[in-house]
Amino acid sequence: MESNENILEVNHLKINFNTYAGTVKAIRDVSFNLKKGETLAIVGESGSGKTVTTRSIMGLLAANSEVAGGDIQFHGKDILKMSQKELEQLRGAQIAQIFQDPMTSLDPTMRIGRQIAEPLMVHKGMKKDKAMAQALEMMKLVGITDAEQRINDYPHQFSGGMRQRIVIAIALINYPEILIADEPTTALDVTIQAQILDLMRELQNKISTSIIFITHDLGVVAGMADRVAVMYAGKIVEYGTVDEIFYNPKHPYTWGLLSSMPTLDTNGEELPSIPGTPPDLLDPPAGDAFAARNAYALKIDTEQEPPFFKVSDTHYAATWLLHPDAPKVTPPEQILERQEQFAKMQKDLAQQGHHVEEEEEKQ
Amino acid sequence: MAKYLIKRIFYLLLTLFIVITVTFFMMKLLPGTPLTNQQKLSPAQQHLILKQYGLTKPVWQQYLIYVAGVFHGNFGTSFQFSDQPVSYLISSRIGPSLLLGAQAMILGVIPGILVGALGAIKKNTWVDSTTTIVSILGISIPSFVLAVLLQYYIGLKLGWLPIADWGGFAYTILPTIALAASPFADTARFIRTEMVDVLNSDYIELAKAKGLSKWGVIYHHALRNSLIPVVTIIGPLAVNIMTGSMVIENIFSVPGIGEQFVKSILTNDYPTIMAVTIVYSLMLMVVLLITDIVYGIIDPRIRITNTSK
Repeated sequence: MESNENILEVNHLKINFNTYAGTVKAIRDVSFNLKKGETLAIVGESGSGKTVTTRSIMGLLAANSEVAGGDIQFHGKDILKMSQKELEQLRGAQIAQIFQDPMTSLDPTMRIGRQIAEPLMVHKGMKKDKAMAQALEMMKLVGITDAEQRINDYPHQFSGGMRQRIVIAIALINYPEILIADEPTTALDVTIQAQILDLMRELQNKISTSIIFITHDLGVVAGMADRVAVMYAGKIVEYGTVDEIFYNPKHPYTWGLLSSMPTLDTNGEELPSIPGTPPDLLDPPAGDAFAARNAYALKIDTEQEPPFFKVSDTHYAATWLLHPDAPKVTPPEQILERQEQFAKMQKDLAQQGHHVEEEEEKQ
Repeated sequence: MAKYLIKRIFYLLLTLFIVITVTFFMMKLLPGTPLTNQQKLSPAQQHLILKQYGLTKPVWQQYLIYVAGVFHGNFGTSFQFSDQPVSYLISSRIGPSLLLGAQAMILGVIPGILVGALGAIKKNTWVDSTTTIVSILGISIPSFVLAVLLQYYIGLKLGWLPIADWGGFAYTILPTIALAASPFADTARFIRTEMVDVLNSDYIELAKAKGLSKWGVIYHHALRNSLIPVVTIIGPLAVNIMTGSMVIENIFSVPGIGEQFVKSILTNDYPTIMAVTIVYSLMLMVVLLITDIVYGIIDPRIRITNTSK
């Protein structure tokens, strides 16, 4: 169901925030595309610009923000140049969003049926009865039990997991082409998390929407995403398919993120962490923003920003370590193990491919 | 709901009883007697009159007699006006007070909500600054100053409205404005703060993400949620208006109970003080009861009926 058709293209996006302290360069030249039907995960720590990126796609940037460059192409139009009216027609119809905290993202004084039906009434001019009937269907689809009885309940009568299902129902009621999920499971406990992720995968198949999945939890990414973009200090530092990022990462920041994630083999020992704190985006450092925290930093890292180096057709990383002249460094042990696994997977794949070819030849 | 109401009314009566008790004894602590300014009467005559009104008995006996009287609907006879039962005095004067109070409440709260909301929506613009200045003026100018200014400019200089007295709608306008200024300003300030908070909340973000227009978001989601805490201040606002009315009714010569109350305190007219206090307490408690019911209507989370799931 994935295709190569780009449904959304973000090109060289730059967003600044004007604050009393000065101009915060929150997004510093971000480009990515979203293919039809795929799930793209954007990972990174707090403040790396994940949420600002998605807000710009929704046209919901804060009043003190300013687009300093770039464009966001959607169906041949630049979202950043759309009028308020055009944006309103886009939001909740073609592009919808799920928010982080289901406990606070529903209106406490409105019955949930009405909240789910609202996008239909707004965008399709549907009468209330008809919209409520569809809302009921959607409630069943997202797995709310006794939907008929509960349609007139208020949000406080639901648990956190159920509320997130309601938020998902609101987002999907108009069958949007793009669903932005901004840390949809962060506020939920682990078992509920798994249920919500299952639900999202299931619904993605049913209504074939593309998902931009924002998270800082790599564990969630592995099960959800087709492709991953790693963000750091307002930039994408590495992107590739899920396997490429997990098993053959090239950027030291991605190494750090992956090493600090517990695996099944982690046994009591302290998890490695990335030393230091992210740079101040009021005054971003010259060169690679990660250099100061990077044990593998080269001299050039502090002087010049690394461009993207191609690892494969789908895998790019912005680190000078990939430059042909760069010294060879040995990544952390855990990453080496991952790379070995990746090499083995590739070999297996290649062999399988051979088998298929051989079988085809026989026929 | 009915059970809840019965319970609330029971508590209301209990509170009223406590109010009667406390007021009665506090009033007895006031210096002087109703005859303090009647020097022409000899002490013997004074004693005779006091005895006639039962004021020579021990205070606890007076209290019991009074309470028994109240339970029979007998609030006594005014000392100020010859042979006027207090109940008549109040029933003939409560009309103008209630009318003024209700008008002031409406004129204060509804524009207050609109202006406050406007300030929040247009936060940090000239609209916001203007509404803030207006509400600060409303809070800081005492109602009696505003009353006199209104009398002078609108009543006397422009001659648009009567300066004082009572006799139809035109006579209510200036006192209503004077009374409404402070509740208006309180409401506006309160709503602004509240709405700024609400407009930053996640569910407003979600409403925007649904594609609702700016005013759609405000009308369908922000307004109702901002109103919840405002319901809380309606009680204090009612008190504000009641105390304000004592002064305002005097300034505009409105024949209401506020004016009567001030007179009765100045003359130690015990039965009238008691009765007006009871009426004020009752009005406040009814406002609070209504507030609690309105609360439940606006906010489903504290609805009184059994919605337990």
